[in-house]
Amino acid sequence: MTIADYAFWLFSICVIVGGFCTVISRNPVHSVLWLIMAFLSAAGLFVLLGAEFVAMLLIIVYVGAVAVLFLFVVMMLDVDFAELKAGMAQYLPLSLLIGAILLMQLGMVFGPWEFSDTAQSLRAAPTPTDTHNTAALGLILYDQYFLLFQLSGLILLVAMIGAIVLTLRHRKDVKRQNVLEQMWRDPADAMELKDVKPGQGL
Amino acid sequence: MTEFFTTTNLGILLLTLGQVLAVVVPLLVALAFLLYADRKIWAAVQLRRGPNVVGMFGLLQSFADFIKYAVKEIVYPAGSDKVVFLLAPMVSLVMALIAWAVIPFNDGWVVSDINVAILYVMAVSSLEVYGVIMGGWASNSKYPFLGSLRSAAQMISYEVSLGLIIIGVIITTGSMNFGDIVNAQDGNYGIFSWYWLPHFPMMFLFLISAMAETNRPPFDLPEAESELVAGYQVEYSSTPFLLFMIGEYVAIVLMCALVSLLFLGGWLSPIPGLPDGILWMLGKICFVFFIFSMVKAISPRYRYDQLMRIGWKVFLPMSLVWVVLVSFLAKFELFGGAYARWAIGG
Repeated sequence: MTIADYAFWLFSICVIVGGFCTVISRNPVHSVLWLIMAFLSAAGLFVLLGAEFVAMLLIIVYVGAVAVLFLFVVMMLDVDFAELKAGMAQYLPLSLLIGAILLMQLGMVFGPWEFSDTAQSLRAAPTPTDTHNTAALGLILYDQYFLLFQLSGLILLVAMIGAIVLTLRHRKDVKRQNVLEQMWRDPADAMELKDVKPGQGL
Repeated sequence: MTEFFTTTNLGILLLTLGQVLAVVVPLLVALAFLLYADRKIWAAVQLRRGPNVVGMFGLLQSFADFIKYAVKEIVYPAGSDKVVFLLAPMVSLVMALIAWAVIPFNDGWVVSDINVAILYVMAVSSLEVYGVIMGGWASNSKYPFLGSLRSAAQMISYEVSLGLIIIGVIITTGSMNFGDIVNAQDGNYGIFSWYWLPHFPMMFLFLISAMAETNRPPFDLPEAESELVAGYQVEYSSTPFLLFMIGEYVAIVLMCALVSLLFLGGWLSPIPGLPDGILWMLGKICFVFFIFSMVKAISPRYRYDQLMRIGWKVFLPMSLVWVVLVSFLAKFELFGGAYARWAIGG
């Protein structure tokens, strides 16, 4: 076994333990922390696969931004989780049924799945040996599928503007600062300097 | 002997461990003196004498502080989450330290020479926020919680502009490896070939964002002692507090190293003809650190809404426009290819 093999087992075990504890831990903040451990270990697996760019993006986007938002929300929520779990026995049959159906569907999809020879060979060598996978991804996204990439960016932009428009409220009763106005104020207009004689006052 | 260190598992492990120690131990010792220098500079600006009792000129003050922290008692606040409470300072320190794995000190003097080095640093520095959030939450107290929320929002906000500024440098170099970035700044004009000239406004934006990212004054709102006592660190004592403190300073020195690698030519000598080397790199780190402490000494603290405003409404648009501008200049190789070093082979 090489060091990469040991690292693979370490990361795989961490992903599984992290995912499992995310589900079973009682405290929601601990759940998010376990989830972060699962993300980090998954990034480690990506590095072992030779996809270091995807690994770094996984950490920056999911761990550095998305999970922070999760943590924010979970920490600020004042939800009584014992109360939420009270109806557990009542809903258990239904959830088990849904789980069984999902499992069956997944089995039906993946059972007869056949890999074509091209797909197998592509998977064995995802990037040409002479380019970094950052450059390879860039070529695919910005040259080959430029239009699709830009269109998906546009969709995200529209979604973002929509979210902002939905939550934007202009309140008239709140005093606001105009920073530029403040910066352009002339000190001479606002204050007056006086030379006060000691013991006399103004 | 070389075969043992390059082929066997144990050999590779020992070699890597040796390299890690060769970076971390000098870094931590240097940190003690940088802390001392920080306090001395701060004192000099305020016409005080600063630490001057322990050792010659107070040089050993940091070590005395270290012993003082290490022998104190660890106090757990009532109702705190003990595991997370102790995990937070460790995360803080470890995340600050592992970023140094990709920082080169000289041509090829780096623990791990990976080709997404900048992304790795960004990823690790985005993880540093967890130490702060976990510390604030696990303390089970109002002030640390408020401080950690502020701090997390601040660190995330300024990471965006840091990332965009770095993209400009990446476009100019055509690589994310620090070695390539520094070598691309090697030119015939010495100091004028470095990126501070073509990326002039961005260097200052990067410096300011780095101060905000590391919670350094004038952006030390998470600690704001006049309103929040000390933010997320309020409930910490003894070694956990020390770990937070060291983590913070390691992150600051890391930012200094980043500025010198990205904009000040790393280990390159400023005058053509003088030999390049590690001393230039260390000198540049110290120079940027001096700027950091001077800013701390002479500028008043920002208000929170002003901090957020400047981050999202000033720095973000500016760096975004700069990325577009640099892409344009690099694509058409304007200014003699100053923005397209990969094209002119400099």
